[in-house]
Amino acid sequence: MDQAVINILNGLSSGLLLFMLSSGLTLIFSMMGVLNFAHAGFYMLGAYVGYALSRVVGFWPALLFAPFVVGLLGATFERICLRRVHKFGHVPELLITFGLSYLILEVVQLIWGRAPVAFDPPAVLAQPAFTLVQSAATGLSVVFGQAGADTCAHAVCSTFPATRAFMMLVALLMLLALWLLLKHTRVGLVIQAALTHPEMAEALGHNVPRVFMLVFGAGCALAGLAGVIGGTTFVTEPAMAAAVGSILFVVVVVGGTGSLVGAFVGSLLIGLLQTVPLTVDKSLVDAASAVGWTVAPDGLAYPLMKLTLAQVAPILPYLLLVLILIFRPRGLFGTRDD
Amino acid sequence: MTEPDFHFRPHNVGRWMVWSGYALVLLVAPLVFTSGLSQTLLSQMGVAIIACLAYNMLLGQGGMLSFGHAVYSGLGGFLAIHTLNKIGDGTLHLPVSLVPLAGGLAGLFFAALLGFVTTRKSGTTFAMITLGIGELVWSMSLMLPEFFGGEGGVTSNRVVPPATLGITFGPQIQVYYLIALYCFVCTGLMFAFTRTPLGRMLNAVRDNPERVAFIGYDTQRVRWFAFMISGFFAGIAGGLAAINFELATAEVVSAQRSGAYLLFTFLGGSTAFFGPIIGGVLMVLATVVLSQLTKAWLLYLGLAFVLMVMYAPSGVAGLILANLRVAAFGKLRPLWRGYLALAVAGAVALTGASAMVEMLYHLQLNEALGPVMKFGGVMLDAKGATAWVVAAALFVVGAVAFEVARRRFRVRWDEAQGDIEREIKRRAAA
Repeated sequence: MDQAVINILNGLSSGLLLFMLSSGLTLIFSMMGVLNFAHAGFYMLGAYVGYALSRVVGFWPALLFAPFVVGLLGATFERICLRRVHKFGHVPELLITFGLSYLILEVVQLIWGRAPVAFDPPAVLAQPAFTLVQSAATGLSVVFGQAGADTCAHAVCSTFPATRAFMMLVALLMLLALWLLLKHTRVGLVIQAALTHPEMAEALGHNVPRVFMLVFGAGCALAGLAGVIGGTTFVTEPAMAAAVGSILFVVVVVGGTGSLVGAFVGSLLIGLLQTVPLTVDKSLVDAASAVGWTVAPDGLAYPLMKLTLAQVAPILPYLLLVLILIFRPRGLFGTRDD
Repeated sequence: MTEPDFHFRPHNVGRWMVWSGYALVLLVAPLVFTSGLSQTLLSQMGVAIIACLAYNMLLGQGGMLSFGHAVYSGLGGFLAIHTLNKIGDGTLHLPVSLVPLAGGLAGLFFAALLGFVTTRKSGTTFAMITLGIGELVWSMSLMLPEFFGGEGGVTSNRVVPPATLGITFGPQIQVYYLIALYCFVCTGLMFAFTRTPLGRMLNAVRDNPERVAFIGYDTQRVRWFAFMISGFFAGIAGGLAAINFELATAEVVSAQRSGAYLLFTFLGGSTAFFGPIIGGVLMVLATVVLSQLTKAWLLYLGLAFVLMVMYAPSGVAGLILANLRVAAFGKLRPLWRGYLALAVAGAVALTGASAMVEMLYHLQLNEALGPVMKFGGVMLDAKGATAWVVAAALFVVGAVAFEVARRRFRVRWDEAQGDIEREIKRRAAA
């Protein structure tokens, strides 16, 4: 029970981290029709810039400035490269961000090396947020922070790291801020107008290319923010972009391309799907024997059936992608069926 | 007025010459470059050419940007290597030279199966789905060691007695000629495909899917058929690679391989049929030769790719065709000075930039070897200020000169293009 709660919380926090990334990706995609292939690259860049800044000014200022720097880089890229190929259509746009993902990876390796860097969370985040204490005498109880050693001597203690709790907090704050910005400010109104009717917004005197640049920069900044938090929670290394890159696209397709709500639900779903099955050590063979079948070990399907759920966990998001495409091609919350 | 029953159709001499020349190059190449390394490179080039041409059937002719085409070449490779092992066991009687076809059929099968899902969408969503399918297959390859051989992959032996006509496929040269034969035939078949009604419909689906649907074609089905044919040829390439290396590892279905197909097909040129042939050659030169020369090869490659997307979206083939057009109208002569200036300035800037990149990499990776490194025959002290100042100066001077030369060249180029347009109009009027 206690372990299950921790697992679900882990899944939710991974999902919320994915949402920080997929929200920016969706925002850029629904607005400009550009699938930013380098989005995971900006996430990695956020982690590395955050690492470099935190060594100079400390973690908390770095958490503020790193997204700003990454957003600036993103906006510069949009201004110099992306705007130039915009007139060629969507495929060249996708190609140029694909090329950028190579460049970001190589430049990061050039500056910070190929080995992981030690990007540690500050002391306040380095400890557990709370501890679930499961004891025979008193049942299940919650202790904030690290439970005392004497408590854990008589009971089972499961901890939930503070970095993950912080991750959830930031993602939820970000969701709120994004919603307020888009629905309740003038800037949000212009963005929404440029999203659905770019020509009309331009005719009314709004600088639509500049709005595009700002949205691209803001999306990259969100990825940078996710990078700083992801970098401290996980490992800051050149492989971190590839680790989330392809999952990100699954989230966007499953949620429905261009839908922010879809991105949120898709992120949580994929986050849970990636972490929760990791703890289930049962396979189809076990399931079959539970209902009375025995599967012969020399059968043709045996190699497939003997895989435990924990082993197949990495492919579950992709299987979900295929199923969604067969049964609901527009995605869970998609509006367009193209 | 009815059409006359007889048409005078002269032999297309140009086409005969191009194809004969292509066959001749394939035949003669290993006789000119006789070293072991060049034979290995040429064999890999043949495979890469088939793979890139198959990929371009989607990218160039169908407008489908796939991030997961290595799935079909890779699965073809795995099936081919299992077939080869079965032949070696004696449980299957098939000449080794037909093993690539087994790979092709595997590619066709998986493209039919997975392509049914991926081709439901087009454009950006198609790209995302192919990426997902690619990851799915790659993750499965680590999960099913019975078929994919786990970390070490599946090994085989292509020499299966008895030899037919004295061909054992032991020496590399025999494998090269097998690959060259497949390469020529596949290139011919894929060119022929562009002339079939399906090939033409594929172009129409790329350019205007609404209109194609409006006149009664199922765009999804056209994309699916093209996807299957492309998967077949990709599978042949995978099978040939399996024979060539006698090994198939999970790397052949990886996202890196898919990305390489995309990158080099585009660099070669996706708008012309022969572009991917250049792309395949570049792919082997970059992944085998350039990666030996420098650790930063992916950086150079990425830069070249981004610049190509921005300034020459039709690739090397597009540049060749544009210059051929200028030459055909006799306007190339005034341009050669511009080209020379561009080349010299570009080379200076590139030398400066790459010296700085190499020094950075040297400091990052080879710290233990000391700060002195060799760069193009010159010893550089990566920690000394002199090398950095000289390299930066070279880069700045080169870049400024390049920009000046580029602007001048641009003016001359536009003049020449304007002249050509006027000439075409004059001829049409005459």
